[in-house]
Amino acid sequence: MEQQFKTVITANSKWINLHLKETYEYRDLIFLFVRRDFVSKYKQTILGPLWAVIQPLLTTIVFTVIFGSLANLTTLDVKATEETVIPAFLFYMAGTICWSYFSSTVSSTANTFITNSSIMGKVYFPRLVSPAASTISNLISFGIQFAMFLIFLLYFIWKGKMEIRLSGYLFLFPILIIQMMMLAMGVGIIVSALTTKYRDLAMLIGFGLQLWQYGTPVAYGLRLVPEKYMKTYMLNPMTPIITSFRYIFFGTGYFHAGYYGMGWGSTMILFVLGIVLFNKVERTFMDTI
Amino acid sequence: MAEKQIMVKIDHVSKEYRLGAIGGTTLREDLERFHAKIRKKEDPTLKIGQKTQEYGKRFMALKDISFEVEKGEAVGIIGHNGAGKSTLLKLLSRVTAPTKGSIGMNGRVASMLEVGTGFHPELTGRENIYMNGAILGMSRAEIGEKLDQIIAFSECGEFIDTPVKRYSSGMYVKLAFSVAAHLDSEIMIMDEVLAVGDMKFQQKCLGRMGKAANSEEKTILYVSHNMNTIRQLCTRCLVLDHGELIFDGGVERAIDLYMDTAVKNGSVDIDLKNKRMAHLPPVIKAKMTHVHLVDKQVPVYEFEEKLKFDLSVEAKTNISNLSVRAEIRSADGGSVAAGILQEFTSFFAGRSKILEMELLLRGLVPGKYFVLLVIYNVNEMGTYDDLDAVFPAFTFEIQDSKHALKINWNVNAWGKIRLDDLKCVGERDDS
Repeated sequence: MEQQFKTVITANSKWINLHLKETYEYRDLIFLFVRRDFVSKYKQTILGPLWAVIQPLLTTIVFTVIFGSLANLTTLDVKATEETVIPAFLFYMAGTICWSYFSSTVSSTANTFITNSSIMGKVYFPRLVSPAASTISNLISFGIQFAMFLIFLLYFIWKGKMEIRLSGYLFLFPILIIQMMMLAMGVGIIVSALTTKYRDLAMLIGFGLQLWQYGTPVAYGLRLVPEKYMKTYMLNPMTPIITSFRYIFFGTGYFHAGYYGMGWGSTMILFVLGIVLFNKVERTFMDTI
Repeated sequence: MAEKQIMVKIDHVSKEYRLGAIGGTTLREDLERFHAKIRKKEDPTLKIGQKTQEYGKRFMALKDISFEVEKGEAVGIIGHNGAGKSTLLKLLSRVTAPTKGSIGMNGRVASMLEVGTGFHPELTGRENIYMNGAILGMSRAEIGEKLDQIIAFSECGEFIDTPVKRYSSGMYVKLAFSVAAHLDSEIMIMDEVLAVGDMKFQQKCLGRMGKAANSEEKTILYVSHNMNTIRQLCTRCLVLDHGELIFDGGVERAIDLYMDTAVKNGSVDIDLKNKRMAHLPPVIKAKMTHVHLVDKQVPVYEFEEKLKFDLSVEAKTNISNLSVRAEIRSADGGSVAAGILQEFTSFFAGRSKILEMELLLRGLVPGKYFVLLVIYNVNEMGTYDDLDAVFPAFTFEIQDSKHALKINWNVNAWGKIRLDDLKCVGERDDS
């Protein structure tokens, strides 16, 4: 009797099998991983989740002093007019919280296989669960930081340093967050897939992210980039994310639908490439790690 | 009778590993190797003494295995270290994929290759139940439903809201097993998880598993070196040897076959590096790396001959007052006797030593035996911290070619030890 089996494991995987349905079935596990990350991170610390705020706050202050006051880099994304001038502190904070989400998510998902090898070596669950959980648990820190950003924004408005100029593009905000999550996860899992074979890349990732930050308008305004390099510069999908973020909350700055679309394009490419590579290594990485 | 439903079908499955390629390589090593290859020089990344031809040689951990398991069956899998048991379980629990062939499974699989997978020390017992359950594929609602049962079974009720890092190792194991035992999965895969915990709890676990197979119609695949638990739980047994399935059938015949191959395959130089019993803490402070039976070609000893072995131990941290215990087990897994040497040596971190050990097998009657080697510390509380344990570390056979026993020893009735002969110190007239 030929029998149909619910689960079939064969030597060769289908080229793309995203396990999305299965990953969804394990959503409780994603939630628990997120919770575990959060609890274990802040247990036995005095300040607890406040730590999520301290780091970007200090970075913002340092940026404001060094890049803003000392180096006098522009904090403008477009040509200066009266209304484009916004407090440097807020400008840097917006960039910093987006960037810190991106970089912490990339580095934690990049180490997925290595940090979880003891669990993954013993039991099966859709491997995508663990990078997805890191992506989400970093979003909690981002949420806290974003709240801090809003508080400062309101403070500056209250002080009369700027006006309320929420852009009509506010509806884009959730889409922007999703794009940022997909991008960070995509890049992270590409690295994680490659690190199962070459550990060197794990060393490179911290450094690589630092270089990437210089290529992204976090510590300076987009205005600094010469027009002729603009197309190349905009290939970096983090650039339209950060400039659009600022545009949404400051009501001024740079928003170019074409470049934004291009950013989505490269995000999708990296995300899909990541999942394909991840899928290729997840079946046998235990043999090599 | 209705046709039984097949729950697991292994169809011509092979698994191949590349020797030397195990473990992460660096890009530099790969480039160096490539560079050396085009200059036809020796591979610079090889370890000294390793032959070029050996590198990248393929090693078949499993060779063309096929079998089927029906619903409600409890199948034991036995074989020696390196026979492919663990590889088979890894394939079944989808930790890694086969090189050839396919595996079909009907239903959810709960794999217990280790107790407490995913336990996080900072989380409480209750939180870890949810965590562990979710890793094994249960939903929150399902775990919630069974929570009381799990806690009751684990006997850890009082401490359920304490972080598990404060648990004793026994409690840890009990809690972990309880979660796994209450899974609603149709197929359960266990790798010697019952080898831990006290005897009473072991029996409770076996009882629970037996019930799962008999009345709840769950399918169980169980790997163990302890033949008594295999006898107790399983209705059918597979014997693996060097990656091949050499027997599939009744439990008693399987155990006989296993015992025969045990000594036939017995070696006098055994690598212990990758062997470590599952119940030990994951942090390795010291590791037994090799054991060599001195002056022997085959591991066969005469009655009351001294068993001499060189035990290589590598310390990862500073270790003082190391103790060694050699537990002699009979081929069916029962304990026979043990030789102990307490607190006799110390190690500096990173150093390895070869300990030249001797054990007089006084009174041990002819037969086949397995040795479980443990290195441990005695802590301030007077309890033992096992640093490393391997079973079986080696096997040996005792024979009596010189007829020192002078009688046919009835093992089944008289046991495995011949005490010193009864003495008659006097005879009196009783009249």
